[in-house]
This record gives sequence, structure tokens and C-alpha cells, in this order.
Amino acid sequence: MIGLSHYLIVSALLFSIGLIGVLRRRNLLMLFFATEVMLNAVNIAFAAISHFYNDLTGQMFAFFVIAIAASEVAVGLGILIVLYKKHGSLDLDDLATMKG
Amino acid sequence: MMEKLVYIALFAPLVSSLFAAMFAMTPRKTFVGIIASLLLFTGFVASATLAVNIFTTGEAVSVTMMQWIGMGDLYIPFGFVADQVSVTMMTMVSLISTIVHVYSIGYMDHDKSFNRFFSYLSAFVFSMMVLVMSDNFAGLFIGWEGVGVCSWLLIGFWYHKPDQSREANPSISPSWAANEAFIMNRIADLGMLVGLFILYWNVGSLQYDDVFAAIPNLDQWILNGAALALFIGAMGKSAQFPLHTWLTDAMEGPTPVSALIHAATMVTAGVFLVIRANPLFSVTPEVSYFIAALGTFVAFFAASMALVNRDLKRIIAFSTLSQLGYMFAAAGLGAYWIALFHLVAHAFFKALLFLGAGNVMHAMHDELDIFKMGGLKKVMRPTYIYMGLASLTLAGIFPLAGFFSKDAIIETAFNEGTYILWIMLVVTAGMTAFYSFRQVFLTFHGTERYDHHEIHPHEMYKFVLIAMSPLAILAVIAGAFKDGFETFVTSLLPAYHMSEHTHHYVWLLTAIVTLFAVGGIALAYIKYNKGLERNEKLENSFIYKLLSNQYYIPNLYTELISKPYAMISEKFWHGVDMKIVDRTVDGVAHFLYKSGDVNRRMQTGNLSHYLNWMAVGAVVLMVAAAVTAMIG
Repeated sequence: MIGLSHYLIVSALLFSIGLIGVLRRRNLLMLFFATEVMLNAVNIAFAAISHFYNDLTGQMFAFFVIAIAASEVAVGLGILIVLYKKHGSLDLDDLATMKG
Repeated sequence: MMEKLVYIALFAPLVSSLFAAMFAMTPRKTFVGIIASLLLFTGFVASATLAVNIFTTGEAVSVTMMQWIGMGDLYIPFGFVADQVSVTMMTMVSLISTIVHVYSIGYMDHDKSFNRFFSYLSAFVFSMMVLVMSDNFAGLFIGWEGVGVCSWLLIGFWYHKPDQSREANPSISPSWAANEAFIMNRIADLGMLVGLFILYWNVGSLQYDDVFAAIPNLDQWILNGAALALFIGAMGKSAQFPLHTWLTDAMEGPTPVSALIHAATMVTAGVFLVIRANPLFSVTPEVSYFIAALGTFVAFFAASMALVNRDLKRIIAFSTLSQLGYMFAAAGLGAYWIALFHLVAHAFFKALLFLGAGNVMHAMHDELDIFKMGGLKKVMRPTYIYMGLASLTLAGIFPLAGFFSKDAIIETAFNEGTYILWIMLVVTAGMTAFYSFRQVFLTFHGTERYDHHEIHPHEMYKFVLIAMSPLAILAVIAGAFKDGFETFVTSLLPAYHMSEHTHHYVWLLTAIVTLFAVGGIALAYIKYNKGLERNEKLENSFIYKLLSNQYYIPNLYTELISKPYAMISEKFWHGVDMKIVDRTVDGVAHFLYKSGDVNRRMQTGNLSHYLNWMAVGAVVLMVAAAVTAMIG
């Protein structure tokens, strides 16, 4: 029988993969993917816990997260395209224009 | 009506000061001086009217303007009282200050800070009025400090003059002298404050009436402590030994200032305090006797230094010190009204003497050495008459004012059976006569020792000479009012009567004093009337050197107090201030600066690094939350 802890372990693993992606990746597009992975890890946790407690609030939250992630990607991709047009690259090491 | 007069007498000088202050930064304007003098004259008329009124009705006028401090049990109002004592002082102060204001229009004629001078001078008069009119010790203290500040401003009026060595100029420079006066007075004011605290602690009020009413209920040692502490304050303001050095150095200020502040009014504030607090001092016989003894000592001590001094203004300053000693002697022996009488008479002739000295300075282009003068009576006859008259009064020659007031003090010393004090005061009277006429003869008689090519002596402006005449008249006739004055002020002050025994000898006593005075004048006449014959041997003798260097007391203070103090300050500056205080403050700033400099490197501009730091921060926060959750 697959229980709550299995779901949470999958969620934690996914979140860790996303976090490592955020920390290690240099390409902005890859960073976006990594954040999406993290968001979906959270969504899994929300849905699982919601089911566990028989409370729909968590699943509702997951829907909101999906909706906001979709709009975020829409805006973010737009910015990425502009950045790429301007700099010809999406590598973060080349985009360090705010050095203190 | 009477209340209004009190306010006019009090605030006319303030209005005058503020008016002159509006023009302080602008070039000389004669009308500033004229309006200031008129305002002061208004104050004088108000004071004189009050005096006449109180004389006829015998009722004091007291007003409470407003509450000043009120919290808990402490209640101090801005209250003013015009009674027999304060109205005497008010009339005297406002009269002399009016004359000095008019005089200053002439004397400060060429000074570019003419307007500023009037502002300070009037501010001084206002402070002095607060001092004498206040009906509580707190108000008196405010006036006390106010006159101190104005005195500082006025001594250092020519602050731009450079410092000189003590040999070239005993008071070094105006700004030095001003600081000296201010600091000496601060030392004494601490004593005064302690006295006020003792009184407030034990009585719960600083109103004169409440304090004096509570005196019978207080312990003797508390009374002694309070009286002594208050007298220490008086010693500073009235320049009694050992706080006397500032007064002669204060002569660096313009001469009208010397006349008004450092001879006639401010320096008598100490005597006024003792007179005002007579219920306290009359129940502390030991302290009172100390006051009398110190006063007598200072009278003699100052007169001895005046014998050999060459500086015109310093001689007069020493005579002021000496006469203040006389006043304290009288007050200490319980003859408060005689002290007040001498205070007023002294104010008239001393102001006259100083203003005359100002005329001489004006004529001699600020030369003050009487060895370099002589023969001035030909060109300056009115000044000669004024100064001669004032010196005769100072010497105590019948029937001038000084005769009546000083003789009464000397008689008091005899009457109290304090014969040592009596002998010293009589000898001092002889010395006073000698040095005042030494100065008159050296200045006005004999050969002309000044440089004829450089200096063309000329008499002062006419209006100045006319303005001085009331002082001359009062110096002559004030003695005639002695009995009236006695009945007037003894309705407030304790009466003092000579015993039968003294009455018996009164002619003899007067004769002895007069003999000493005339002897002093005669000696000065023999030695100095012809001119100056310098006696090298005498001038190099030890005593002469000791006296002309003021017993080396200023040098002693420099060596024993100023220099060690400067040395300790230097040590503390380098050791404590720089090494501990500054280093702590600098260390904090340095740490912040350095940590900022180090952490600046975090800001690489690389988003990836930022994200890493963000993850680190999130982990730290989570660990912290976990730890607190576990502990909590």
C-alpha cells in the first residue's frame, strides 16, 4: 500500500532535484525548468496531504500554484527572449551586469 | 502703579539690550547709544520713584510675574521685591549704569563694535537688576550667573588682542583675563550652589521669607554650612582672597566696564548677598567673624599691592578690592547697614575714579603706566578735579562721603572689641590715602614724562564730563544722608548702635583715622608732587618686588594649578581620551566599515551566486527555527 510518506518522499526528492538544478545550473532556461520542478514537488505534497486529511484546501492550493506557475512562465519566457536578443546568451556567468 | 514701576525698572535694560543687539553686526550708530542711555534713564527714574515711595510709605512692593519651576514640592516663581535694601541697590545700579552708558557714547566713539558694546552693557544691567530684585535665592542665582556671563563678554570685548607674556602684561590678554574671571567665579559658584542646596534640602523652599522664617528650627551646623557655602560664592564674585586675582586682570576690559561692573556694581554682589541673607549670617557668629577677618585681611593685602603698582587702572582695581574688604568687615561684624552704606558711597566715588581714569587713557592713547604720565592737570582740569575729588573721598577726608562710610566701619571694628581688625583697618586707611594720591600726583602733577611727539593729551568730550557730574556731586554730599539712610534701611536690616564706650572715644577714633589719611596724602605729596624720582635700590628690594608681583600669587596659581592641570589634561587626552574613548568609537566604525568591505564581495552580479546565498539563508533560517523549536 502506498501511503502518505511515499508521496512526501517523492515530493522531497523532486524538490531536492529542483533545488540542485537552481543552484548548479547556469542557463536561465534551465533555471526555469528547475523552479517548475520545485513547484510541482510542492504540488504533489499539497495534494497528498490534502487527501490524507480529507481537506480540499490543499488541492485548491495546488491548482492556484499551477495557474500562477503558468502565468509566471509566460512572463518569464518573454523576458528570456528579450534577454537573449540583447545579449545573445542566457548563461548567467555572462549576464553579471550588477557586480558591486 | 508700583508694580508697573518695578517692571519698568527691571525690563528697561533688557529692552535696551535687545534693541542694541539688533544693530550688533552693523557699523557704529550713535543713536543706539543714545536710545540705550534713555532706556536706562527710564529705569533709573522708575527705581528712584519706587525709592521715594518706599521711603514715604515704608511698604515694600513685591510682584510675582509668573511661575518658573513648579514640580512636586518644588515651587520657584519669578518673583521680584522692591524693599528698602533692593531699592537702594536698584537706584544705585541704574544711576551708575545710566551715567556709564552716556560716558560710553564718548569713550567708545572710535570702536567699531560700538553697538555690540551697548548690547552687552545693558544686558549686564538687566542681570544685575534680576540679582538685586529677586525675592528668592534661585532668581538671585540666575542674576548672579547673568552678570558673570556679561562680565566675561565685556572683559573679553577686545578679544582679538594677542596673548603677551606675564612680564609684558600681567593679565596676558583680554580673552585670557575673561576666561580667568569666568573660571574663578565658577569655582566660587559651586560653593554658592551647595549653599542653596543645603537651604533647600532643609527648608524646602528658596524664598527669602520662608528660609529666614525657618532659621530658628535648623541645627547650628547646618546654618554654619549654608552660611559658609554662600559666603564662598560671595568670595568669588567680590574677589576676596584667594579668588582675588581675576579682578585686577579684569581691567583688560574697556574702562566703562571696569567702572560699572568691576568697581561699582557686580563685585559688590557678594556683599549684597551677605547683607540680604543677614538673618542667616547673624546667627552664625563664627562664619561672620571669619568674614570680617578675611575682609580686613583683603583690605590690607590689596592696599599693600596698590602701593607700588604702576598701572593706573590696576591701582584703582586694588583699591576696589580693598574697599570690598572693608564692606565685608562691616557685614561680618553685624553692621549690615553700614556695609550697605559704604557699598553705595563707594559705588559713586569708585565709578567716578574709573571714569576719570578712562578720560586719562583716552588722552594718553591707552597708555596706563603712571610713570609715563605727569603734568596732565594743565590740559585736563575737569578730569583732574573729578579724580582728585574721588581720591579724597576714597581716602576718607571730611566731609566727603567716604569719610562717613569708612569711618563708621572702622568705628564698628573698635566697637566690637576686635582691636587687631581695627588697627589693620586704620593702617589700611593710611595706605589707601597714600596710593590714591600717589596715582593722582603722578598722573596730574609734576613733570611731563610722556613723549611729546607721539602723544597730545586732550580733554574728553564736554557731554561726557557733564554726565560724570552727578557722581561727583553724590561723592561729595552722600555723607549728609547717613542718618536718613540708616532709618530707611534699618527698618529691614538689623539696627547697629555704637556702645557708650565707643561714643566716648568717637572723636579720638575719627582723629586717628583722619590723621592716617592725611598722613598718607602728605607722604604722597612729598614723594611725588615734584615729579618722579626713581629709587633703584628700593625698586630692586625684595618687598617691592613681592608687592609689584602681587605676592607672586598669579605665578603660584600658574605653577601649582594651571600647569599641573594642563599636564594632567594632556595625559588624560593622550591616555584616556585617545586610547580608550576614541579607540572604542573608532573601533565600532572600523568594524562596520571593514565588514561592509568584506561582504561587498558577495555582490557579484551573478544571479546563480545569489541563488546559492539564498539557499544558504533559507537553510540557516530553518536550522534556527528547528533549534528554537527544540529548545522552546
